[in-house]
Amino acid sequence: MRWKDSTYTGWGRFHQATGSLARPERADHVQQITADDPAPAIGMRRSYGDACLNHQGRAIDMTRLDRVLEFDAETGMIHVEAGAQIGDLLHSFAPRGWLPPVMPGTGFATIGGGIAMDVHGKNHHGTGSFGQHVTEFTLMTPKGPKVISPDTDEALFKATVGGLGQTGPILSARFPLLKAKGDVMVVTERRVDNWADFIPLLDNSDATYSVGWIDATARGRSLGRGILEEAETGGGLVKAARRAKKIPFNTPGFALSPAIVRMFNASYWRRVPHSGRTSVKPIDDFFFPLDKIHDWNKLYGKRGFHQFQCVVPLEAVDALRTMLVNIANSGLASPLAVLKRMGPGRGGYMSFPMEGYTLAVDFRANRHAEKLVAELESMTCDAKGRIYLAKDGLAASTHIRAMYPEHASWLEQIKKIDPEGSYSTDLIRRLNLRDAT
Amino acid sequence: MSETWIILGATSTIARVFARKVSESGKSVILAGRDLDELERSAADCKSRGAPDAKTVAIDARNIESFEAGLALARATSGTVNAAVFVGSMPPQEEIDENPDLIEGTIADSFTGPAQFLTMLAPLLEDRGSGTIVGVGSVAGDRGRLGNYVYGAAKSGFHTYLSGLRNRLGRSGVHVVTVKPGTVDTAMTWGMDALPFLAQPEKVADDILRAVSKRRNTLYTPMIWWPVMTIIKSIPEAIFKKLKI
Ligand SMILES: Cc1cc2nc3c(=O)[nH]c(=O)nc-3n(C[C@H](O)[C@H](O)[C@H](O)COP(=O)(O)OP(=O)(O)OC[C@H]3O[C@@H](n4cnc5c(N)ncnc54)[C@H](O)[C@@H]3O)c2cc1C
Ligand SMILES: NC(=O)c1ccc[n+]([C@@H]2O[C@H](COP(=O)([O-])OP(=O)(O)OC[C@H]3O[C@@H](n4cnc5c(N)ncnc54)[C@H](OP(=O)(O)O)[C@@H]3O)[C@@H](O)[C@H]2O)c1
Repeated sequence: MRWKDSTYTGWGRFHQATGSLARPERADHVQQITADDPAPAIGMRRSYGDACLNHQGRAIDMTRLDRVLEFDAETGMIHVEAGAQIGDLLHSFAPRGWLPPVMPGTGFATIGGGIAMDVHGKNHHGTGSFGQHVTEFTLMTPKGPKVISPDTDEALFKATVGGLGQTGPILSARFPLLKAKGDVMVVTERRVDNWADFIPLLDNSDATYSVGWIDATARGRSLGRGILEEAETGGGLVKAARRAKKIPFNTPGFALSPAIVRMFNASYWRRVPHSGRTSVKPIDDFFFPLDKIHDWNKLYGKRGFHQFQCVVPLEAVDALRTMLVNIANSGLASPLAVLKRMGPGRGGYMSFPMEGYTLAVDFRANRHAEKLVAELESMTCDAKGRIYLAKDGLAASTHIRAMYPEHASWLEQIKKIDPEGSYSTDLIRRLNLRDAT
Repeated sequence: MSETWIILGATSTIARVFARKVSESGKSVILAGRDLDELERSAADCKSRGAPDAKTVAIDARNIESFEAGLALARATSGTVNAAVFVGSMPPQEEIDENPDLIEGTIADSFTGPAQFLTMLAPLLEDRGSGTIVGVGSVAGDRGRLGNYVYGAAKSGFHTYLSGLRNRLGRSGVHVVTVKPGTVDTAMTWGMDALPFLAQPEKVADDILRAVSKRRNTLYTPMIWWPVMTIIKSIPEAIFKKLKI
């Protein structure tokens, strides 16, 4: 296997790693690497922070192992290699009426990354997390590939789902696709005037898919204004999605200055008529709105950016409001801010979801943003909420321990399967997750 | 009418993407190559994504005896048979300089093996009066360069063979496309430093399919390689021999 010296980053481009990468093109190469000298597996590096980085070490890029190994057109059960991208499965199977059960906001995420982060989608409140749909996966263990299911080894299963890649490379997984009427979405957009209106709308929504965009720059009476999108799958014909565009270079600092973001947000909000509207959209436009612009992360310039995403329990809704006040007052937020109600579904010891409200906001990387994120993180901790490790690049180790009470159960499995720490990544080291305390 | 692609070197990165795409458009595939386990996995992928049929067969470009099994599968189909050849190998030139024995294998993988196979397959396509043959050469075959001239020589031989084959088969309604990729991000190039205009296999496969449907004769992919190679080919040998490109 050839190793390539590389300098690479996560999606936020703030943390950077230099190390060697292998990119196996055939299944048994992962086994050879693991037998010789094991290394953590990474996917499309759509994690924002440092979960997919191994500075001064090695990592296995799994993206070329992306084949569907079995598909049962009766039941929808699919067996797929871990490097397959969720959006690729959507494109292949939606025209035949089948959807991945859970889709994160980018179609570029791989199945391996989806399991290792136990990702959630716009249907989390009803359908749960990705890992909850996985019936089994094949894990590359020191003793060779091994099929793991909740029946054969529940603890290892739960340490792998949401387990940050620390149980070793996932080679393939089996899960059922969801039956859908067709490959278009019927989307209802509602303009929401403020926070007080938003929360009950989220609470009362009975749509299969729902997500809120929030104007994180609006203050005072408009605090928490935004757009609620609710959607169902449907049949019909709509124009195919346009080809992806590219951002060719890092944009200069002023492109996302507070004034421009405020203006953009106001017009984005007004775009939806006061009475709301329902339209039919190509399936990609609803699930992966940002994927149409490749490399949009370069909009934040060379230093990169952070995404803060937390979830707080239902009863801590006021704490979330206070966070939003702080964000709005800081003037640091970008246009990308999302508010959603989550259900309780989670598949692993270190999974992010909990029943409550989740807020995600992007900030261009700088001193002010880092200070703000630290405050938000403390507030999340006080509210008994949680930070999403797929997004995090800044959190303090002590906070993370408090937020993830099942850490010890996870660690017990990790210590068993990887006592040497071969699968450690920059995130694991930054947060000392391999230590008991 | 049903259509089948027989794909030689089906474990190649570009070939896998190509096979997936033809499967998605509802065509059957026969995947030929050396690593049957891998071919089985790819065949499953093709079937899951819409190929009515996906078969595998062991073929080694260096062993002409191994070709018959693949040819038999092609004959057993009904309808149009197409072929795409992705086989090729590029040992580092320094290794060849040390060990000239490697020349024979390089030529067999990139030229004589594929040429033998296509010569044996051609009568079937002529009989059926339809079909397309895609031969994957390389821009390296356009001019002998310091870095890979044995591989380049093999590809150059293959280009010449394909142009003759096109001349022959055109008379029976069979089309031949010569594909000259530039640098592509595959196992072959992984770990080499700073490659110019590095293309994704996805892009190359799309370009090949477009060339097939438009019945193009020669395809440079990505297109930038056409002007680049036009310039490189036009440099007088007296100057070229002093260059290091
Ligand atoms: C625009 C955008 C929107 C997003 N929206 C959402 C969302 O709505 N919901 C959500 O939950 N997430 C969301 N995310 C986050 C993203 O879904 C996760 O970070 C996901 O893990 C990315 O997958 P990846 O293949 O890029 O994995 P990477 O980022 O490369 O890796 C993530 C982790 O998975 C591990 N890993 C990857 N592959 C394997 C494997 N084969 N075996 C073992 N471990 C592996 C890595 O070690 C690492 O710990 C979003 C990200 C972006 C950029
Ligand atoms: N990558 C580039 O930059 C580039 C540029 C120009 C042209 N090309 C050409 O594109 C084609 C595909 O290459 P790739 O980039 O996709 O690289 P690749 O993945 O290394 O593919 C090479 C293929 O050739 C097969 N092969 C080699 N010797 C063989 C033999 N004796 N018998 C049967 N099969 C044999 C390999 O099979 P195994 O799996 O069994 O080894 C593999 O499938 C090649 O012809 C290459 O020369 C590539």
